[in-house]
Amino acid sequence: MSQIQPVFFYFFAGVAIAFSLLVIFKKNPVSSAFSLVMVFFAFAGIYALLQAHLVATLQILVYTGAIMVLFVFVLMLLNIKNTPIDWKGTSLIRIGTTVGVSAMLAVFFIVSFKKANFVPASGLFSPERVDEMGGNTQVLAELMFSEYILPFELTSVLLLGAIVGTVAIAMRKNKRGES
Amino acid sequence: MSIIPGVEPWAVLSFAAIIFFIGLAGLVIRRNLLVVLMCIELMLNAVNLTFVSFSQIHQNLEGQMAVFFIIVVAAAESAVGLGLIIALFRTLRTLDTENLQLLKE
Repeated sequence: MSQIQPVFFYFFAGVAIAFSLLVIFKKNPVSSAFSLVMVFFAFAGIYALLQAHLVATLQILVYTGAIMVLFVFVLMLLNIKNTPIDWKGTSLIRIGTTVGVSAMLAVFFIVSFKKANFVPASGLFSPERVDEMGGNTQVLAELMFSEYILPFELTSVLLLGAIVGTVAIAMRKNKRGES
Repeated sequence: MSIIPGVEPWAVLSFAAIIFFIGLAGLVIRRNLLVVLMCIELMLNAVNLTFVSFSQIHQNLEGQMAVFFIIVVAAAESAVGLGLIIALFRTLRTLDTENLQLLKE
């Protein structure tokens, strides 16, 4: 079992990188959206490999289930014509600088991560201890409802504000001021 | 010892960095507002993966709590962002960021 996990990781990583490049290079936003769905699924696989079961589930439920459906819904709603590749109009200097700087920063981060040589430390929640306490989801749920109860409740206020704000922004107003 | 058996921690972190900078490049290069928003989601995902891998490296689950809150904020952000895009498209009939220069005039 432990022999096959690197294969899975590199498979998911390759899929994620390939499809995230497609997100940028596809000219049709619908193709970008569906490439992004594939990226999210690959990320969920990596979370599962990292023993973060709750995060993997939330990734599929919230990102691919809710956020991407919202994106595709807006794409269908706006009915955007197949625009000519929109980054063709951007100046080559800007594209070159952006790609160059991003690649440089990525290489810088990779080298520094490699040099830093992270050694897994034995912390409060070692894998054995988490298994003993009832698994990743149970431990996270206990944390969520004890130590993080205030931020957890505040997220409901945030979501309420987001709902009200979205409705207020997107509502079509007619001339007489009635909604 | 490693966080995924057979995979060094720096490989996972480097993968997250690569995705983050792909998202950053797309954010600057693309001019379609919807794709810009998708690139922001890509960057948020990369940060989430960094949080999870550091939470495994330090064997401390509070990093995964941070991921939970980031997912909530990302959901709220994309809902508000898409509402703004709909309102913009209704008034300007375009999603090209080059045409959104109302504040410049």
